[in-house]
Amino acid sequence: MKSGSSVEVRLPSELGFEKVAMSTAASMATLMGFTEDRIEDLKTAVAEACINAIEHGNQLNSGLTVGVVLSTSDDRLEIKVIDDGAGVKTAPHAPDIDRKVHGEEDPRGMGMFLIQALVDEAEWYKGPPGKSFVRLVIRLDKENE
Amino acid sequence: MQTATRVTVRTATAASGNTVAVLAFGGDISSASKDTVLGAYHGLNGAASHVLLDFTGVDYINSSGIAIVIQMLLEAGKAGTQTIGIFGLTPHFQKVFTMVGINKYAALHKDEAAALAAV
Repeated sequence: MKSGSSVEVRLPSELGFEKVAMSTAASMATLMGFTEDRIEDLKTAVAEACINAIEHGNQLNSGLTVGVVLSTSDDRLEIKVIDDGAGVKTAPHAPDIDRKVHGEEDPRGMGMFLIQALVDEAEWYKGPPGKSFVRLVIRLDKENE
Repeated sequence: MQTATRVTVRTATAASGNTVAVLAFGGDISSASKDTVLGAYHGLNGAASHVLLDFTGVDYINSSGIAIVIQMLLEAGKAGTQTIGIFGLTPHFQKVFTMVGINKYAALHKDEAAALAAV
């Protein structure tokens, strides 16, 4: 695949459509030569980013879409997931399984942690409506580390 | 776009001779699975002291689905007499379950034979 290629997908704000972005990201990563385990990491990160955009950013509003822009360069695949929300205010934190299992913390709320843990770069940008996004990157040079 | 969650409930005999309840999942495990998964678990009525969760037939899991597993661990902990084991996860989701710490409260096994040997 030619370096500098870009693909854009627009998802309805309905849970389940994150799988379309997962499949697209997996196809591009396969074409770039990423290994199967890195592709699985990417699929989970992209799914969680899209779920956050659908649920929290667009609040399941069927009139809004989630934009997913996938861009390649020689050694990296970058994915931006864009929604109409106000953006993320807090940095991801590791889930406290003890608090969750003892009912002291919501069992949910692990998406941002998983995103950050599974890709090489993850950054959240706050912006005006339609401009907030999370940017994910996986790098080919990490393949052999 | 979400695939329905399927749950089959059966029993198996562990290497120790103990009877084990097995909840075998299929399809997606996501936020939409909560009633199906917890309903099957509640259907055991706390009668089983050992429960195994079989993910072999699962096509897709996300963090909301993992939260449902944590909810089961919470309820098993409240009951105080129930152990939960997990098998059939792909290597990727074994890693993810370990990253969020589920392995601290539920042993992760490669397959059913390994899970039954450990009960």
